[in-house]
Amino acid sequence: MRWMKPFLSVLVMTMSLVLTKPILSQAQNPPPREQPNSCVSCHLEDEDLAEPVKAMANDIHAKNGLSCADCHGGDPTAGLDGDADAAMDPTKGYIGVPDRTEIPRFCGRCHSDPEYMRQYNPRLPTDQLNRYKTSIHGKRLARGDEKVATCVDCHGNHGILKANDSRSPVYATNVPKTCARCHADSDYMAEYDIPTTQVEEYENSVHGQALLKRGDTAAPACNDCHGNHGAAPPAVPSVMYVCGQCHVNNSEMFQESPHKEAFAEQDLPECETCHGNHGIKHPKDEMLGVGPESICLECHDEGEKAYEVAAKMYVDIDSLKTAIFRADSLVKIAETAGMEVVDAKFSISDARQFLIKSRTMIHKLSVEDLEKLSKEGMKKAMEAYAMGVAALEELQFRRKGLALSTIFIIILAIGLYLKIRELDQKTQFQEMELGD
Amino acid sequence: MVERDKTLQKDRTGQGTAKSALANQAGRTANWLLERYHVQGILDFMSHKTVPMHRHTIWYYLGGMTLFFFIVQIITGMLLLFYYKPTAETAFESVQFLMTKVRFGWLIRSIHSWSANLLIATAFIHLFSVFFLRAYRKPRELTWVSGVLMLFLAMGFGFSGYLLPWNELAYFATKVGTEIVRDVPLIGHTIMKLLRGGEDVTGATLNRFFAIHVAILPATFFLLLGFHLFAVQLQGMSIPISVEKSQKKIKLMPFFPNFLMRDLLGWTVALGCLAAIAALFPWELGKKADPFAPTPMGIRPEWYFLFMFQTLKILPAKIWFLEGELLGILGFGLIGILVIFVPFIDKASSRGELNRWGTIFGLIAIGYILLMTGVAYM
Repeated sequence: MRWMKPFLSVLVMTMSLVLTKPILSQAQNPPPREQPNSCVSCHLEDEDLAEPVKAMANDIHAKNGLSCADCHGGDPTAGLDGDADAAMDPTKGYIGVPDRTEIPRFCGRCHSDPEYMRQYNPRLPTDQLNRYKTSIHGKRLARGDEKVATCVDCHGNHGILKANDSRSPVYATNVPKTCARCHADSDYMAEYDIPTTQVEEYENSVHGQALLKRGDTAAPACNDCHGNHGAAPPAVPSVMYVCGQCHVNNSEMFQESPHKEAFAEQDLPECETCHGNHGIKHPKDEMLGVGPESICLECHDEGEKAYEVAAKMYVDIDSLKTAIFRADSLVKIAETAGMEVVDAKFSISDARQFLIKSRTMIHKLSVEDLEKLSKEGMKKAMEAYAMGVAALEELQFRRKGLALSTIFIIILAIGLYLKIRELDQKTQFQEMELGD
Repeated sequence: MVERDKTLQKDRTGQGTAKSALANQAGRTANWLLERYHVQGILDFMSHKTVPMHRHTIWYYLGGMTLFFFIVQIITGMLLLFYYKPTAETAFESVQFLMTKVRFGWLIRSIHSWSANLLIATAFIHLFSVFFLRAYRKPRELTWVSGVLMLFLAMGFGFSGYLLPWNELAYFATKVGTEIVRDVPLIGHTIMKLLRGGEDVTGATLNRFFAIHVAILPATFFLLLGFHLFAVQLQGMSIPISVEKSQKKIKLMPFFPNFLMRDLLGWTVALGCLAAIAALFPWELGKKADPFAPTPMGIRPEWYFLFMFQTLKILPAKIWFLEGELLGILGFGLIGILVIFVPFIDKASSRGELNRWGTIFGLIAIGYILLMTGVAYM
């Protein structure tokens, strides 16, 4: 370890510079340029105690000029002679390592103080502690359950990164893994009697694939539906609002549908009843209708009006989808043959928009409204198909035109050739002497 | 039977009378013109004009072929002008409209684009054939100079016309192309600004390129073409030195109608090929230019600029104390000037001596152009 000494000395000097800046004076007065810090120097002397100091090199607090004493209390200017008790004197506000149940309040001393936090980041919320208290984690902690997550379990303690830093455990793409540390551990969660397959299901869901495979941070992670500091499972009546944060139109359509009242009567979670929750899959048109993959048939039987509605809605959607596919295939053939089909492609794009709108409209369960939209889409798809047909007819016309003009040009060339031969036979070519 | 024969004879006599009446009318019109315009001397000259016949006669047709493609360019270019709107907002849409809504619009544009490329190709072949046959030697020095200048102008036509549809490929190729101009010492930046109409390729650049393409270049080209054709008619075709040395006498072909008919046959074949290529491989329009989009991969100029583009690409950043790209530009500039003055450099050919160094340089140039173009496409 002797070789590490020069590096550690540099680290000590650096950390001393960074960590000795007092909280309030950092914002109000310029900190002293060099100030000895007994926390850093002592902790680095012992390998077992060095970890927090090393981790602080990347910590957001350290970067903002906060020192060990700003969280843990004590006097870092004392104890430089080796008297650790002088530095860790409770009369000088030394707290030491907070008790696990005290951690939220420990962090909340600063993070719940809007005036104080404004100095560093005016946009940062300061209601985390209050929200935490409303969360399942917070409530259980208040009852003395120390197994639940506190601030440090998700954010870390020394070496905390900003939430928008992709290395942070609370960065969007890392959230499922962070939650899974406890929620996917069946032994750890055994006493709570809740499933531990949520993260695994989520990873294979349409949301999980978008976030984790494609890196689309607009896709929801655990906290987007459950909340982060105020994490709790959404109650049945609030499911629609949770999904409606992103799926606004679907949510509004549902509000107007007969399902709204029916689900409320039976205490069914709105979106979740048909789409599921953590393992939600990309919806298929076959979920509608009366086929083998139909979800409608889970509640409705043949002979009911809803059965007919489901069948009719599926036919409308499927017909539009087929018409778009037909038009698109034809236009692609024309395009591959070198025809300009930009207008047809615009029409196909319009038809696809109507298909998307129609798929949203099914949440309203209104056959008339759906029919109106799908008819508009059909019109666009038929337009595109007609343009595709016209393009292929034009292609045939061009081919025939090319063949005819080629024949004409060949005949003309042969005629010219014969005429040249005839001319040459009649011509008396002169001769010219060359040379000097 | 006798009656029918009489009727037929009467009909034939009628046809004969009609033909002779037409000939009389044509003769009268010709006389009317000759009375007013004293061009009898020119007509006599033309009727006695001959073309030498030897093993290299085939190369004489390349000039006419290039002229044919130029005529096609003029006609199709004028037709395109009916629809083309030269602003950044409307250029792409107007070409798109022409290609999708106007009857045969796609064909006209396709012919214009393909013919431009064939024109450059035949012009290059024409230049090299004249070079290898030493047809530039005294007294045809200025014919060569005008021809080389026309080739440069044709490349200018290509460069300016490429931007006009305002599509993505053209936009970025023009950006790269005009940026290269900036490296010319002292005047480079000014020329670039002059070409672009500012620091960047914008709608102002499009306006300028349009003006250059349809007014400045054609006017200059027509002057040079007029001189070139006049010189060719006046001085006739050059007989290659090798033919002069190896043959004692050669046959002469009347220019009118024998050579002209052969030219027409060549033009007919060229038209057939052009129509087939234009119809089978319509010139694509691509995506509309977006100045804020990142430069797409694989941007390169038209094939006839590729050997220069590729050379500039492979040159090291620094050669001695000069920037590599600058040295490349200066090098090509110098080569261009040397090509113009070839007849004045090669004195031996004018004395009727075959300068083998010229042939070697010509072959090296062809090899280099082909190699660099090939590398650029790989």
